[in-house]
Amino acid sequence: MHLFGVLFQLAWRNLWRNHRRTIIMLGAIGVGVWAMIFMTALTRGMVDQMVTDSIGILPGHVQIHNPDYLDDPSISNRISYTDTELRQKFESAGFESWASRVRVPAIVTSERDSRGVTLLGVDPVAEKDISFFDYAEVEGRFLSDSGDKGIVIGGKLADKLETGLGKRIVIMSQDPDNDIADRGFRIVGLYSANTSAVEEAYAYIGKSTAQAMLGIGDTSTEVVFLGTEYRNVEPVYEAVAERVDERVSVQRWYEIDTYLGTMLGVMDGFVLVWVIVIFLALSFGLVNTLVMAVFERVREIGLMLALGMKPGSILGQIIIESMLLLTLGLATGNLLAWATIMPLRDGIDISIVGEGMEMWGASSMLYPKLYLGDMVLASVVVLLLGFLASLSPAWRASRYEPVEAITKA
Amino acid sequence: MTAVRCVDLCKTYCQGDQDIKALDHVSIEIAESGFVCLSAPSGGGKTTLLNAIGGLDIPDSGEVYVAGQRIDNLSKGALAELRLRQIGFVFQAYNLIPVLTARENVEFVMQVQGVAAADRHEKSTAILKEVGLEGLEDRRPAEMSGGQQQRVAVARAIASKPSLVLADEPTANLDSKTSDELMELFTHLNEHHKTTFVIATHDRRVMKYARRLIRMLDGRIVDDIDQRAA
Ligand SMILES: Nc1ncnc2c1ncn2[C@@H]1O[C@H](COP(=O)(O)OP(=O)(O)OP(=O)(O)O)[C@@H](O)[C@H]1O
Ligand SMILES: [Mg+2]
Repeated sequence: MHLFGVLFQLAWRNLWRNHRRTIIMLGAIGVGVWAMIFMTALTRGMVDQMVTDSIGILPGHVQIHNPDYLDDPSISNRISYTDTELRQKFESAGFESWASRVRVPAIVTSERDSRGVTLLGVDPVAEKDISFFDYAEVEGRFLSDSGDKGIVIGGKLADKLETGLGKRIVIMSQDPDNDIADRGFRIVGLYSANTSAVEEAYAYIGKSTAQAMLGIGDTSTEVVFLGTEYRNVEPVYEAVAERVDERVSVQRWYEIDTYLGTMLGVMDGFVLVWVIVIFLALSFGLVNTLVMAVFERVREIGLMLALGMKPGSILGQIIIESMLLLTLGLATGNLLAWATIMPLRDGIDISIVGEGMEMWGASSMLYPKLYLGDMVLASVVVLLLGFLASLSPAWRASRYEPVEAITKA
Repeated sequence: MTAVRCVDLCKTYCQGDQDIKALDHVSIEIAESGFVCLSAPSGGGKTTLLNAIGGLDIPDSGEVYVAGQRIDNLSKGALAELRLRQIGFVFQAYNLIPVLTARENVEFVMQVQGVAAADRHEKSTAILKEVGLEGLEDRRPAEMSGGQQQRVAVARAIASKPSLVLADEPTANLDSKTSDELMELFTHLNEHHKTTFVIATHDRRVMKYARRLIRMLDGRIVDDIDQRAA
């Protein structure tokens, strides 16, 4: 490998021969790579938040249901395990957190207006880590225990119903026999969420209270499990699956919320496309720089060939030069991206431009997420495609005829 | 053993509607450790002949042998290997790699050959001193005069002790004193290392050093003089 030393030395010297051109090219690659990573971090941040928010509200990471519930999410299709059985199965199984819930559609009526909501009967203690809002930030208070007689709704829903803290509202739903089950509640707390759609959608009551109101004994409609990472739910899935039988079906969050699941997949693809598109723009500059460099050096390349250097070494030399340029550009770009994303860790307020984003479930604060994996992806793509793009100029250089090159006046 | 043998070499260039015979049925035989000068007026075919011997250019017809091996039908890779291992070149027009210093240029061939760094350094230091460039080792070609560059090229050609040196106007930019020193260095190498020299030149001083003088005109050999007798 003694040749590599010579080739590297020549490549490095040649790179700095035309300072200005190299620096301009480095700038272009740097900015390009910065754009790749910065945009990716913003996208990741947005999707991440959408997913975590939505998972917090809806599915957790893994859920179990009565198999029939999936087609017909009604109170009749409850999980056939009782609360006691569920506790026996999952209490000491080492999940981050888990909770069983009663979830039914319901009508909420104030003295002014009525709305359809999703009624959640929850155990506030078990639900604490799963909940998408902080109990302490609830205006008023959150439910104290499973038997709490109060109700907690979103601030936005209270506005719509023209009601407020301390007022009474009536909840109406159906019991398993399709009879009306209703009950009056006093509003004890108002929660706030990232989006008003969420604030309007969910009403929380104690789980025992819900079970009593609906006459369903000590059964629930869903059990939610949370692991550590939404991108890696397999361990949780397997742990749950091995503890239940065929009377329930186990699902991952992206099987429950297929929209979010698809979105995440699309975003991963989008990141790659974005990186490649920017690279293509860069590649014109890169190839042009190399073609110029090779063209300017016809004579010395010819000289090296005449002295007995193999065409393959000339090819290697140009490729090394290109890789050096790209590596420096990548370092610049990655550093730039890191330096610009770090100060924005605490979020960018996009409420001015972001009103319309709410309907996709995005919030008005954007937290860029810099993933090592994305930086590596961008770097690998740039190096790989850069290698391919340099092949043609490098090949051309290696085909020079030594006599022509050295005798040209 | 012959170092170089050319049999009936022809090379024709087309310039416009004119055919120029750069080599016209040239046959020569140069013995090992020969010291030969090629002399011809400009355009006489010196460079063309050297390029044919060095495997840089393939003649239209005829055969070329270097150290007994026929080379005009070798592959490009094999020719590159031959040039790298056996031949030292001083080219007429362009010799040095601009981004390398004098020392690095001298070491270039050895580096490609795979000679160890310490060994290279020792050889390049010695040879640069011999051609009178001590102290200029770290200059790049652009920072040296034409004559100094010429001497770096000569140093590179002989540094790896090739068995054959093909030098095209090696003294073109040198004053008479430096030319003499260089020729004495060549003579020394020729006598002590049995290096074969083929030198194309206009310079009468250089011709004096040669044991054999071949004169060319319009691609033909017109005179072949053994000068040892004189
Ligand atoms: N690539 C080429 N294309 C066309 N004609 C060429 C080419 N190379 C050489 N010639 C012609 O071939 C003839 C011999 O050229 P050559 O370079 O061998 O001469 P020379 O003896 O080295 O001359 P000089 O002393 O000027 O270097 C010249 O007439 C030249 O014009
Ligand atoms: Mg010539």
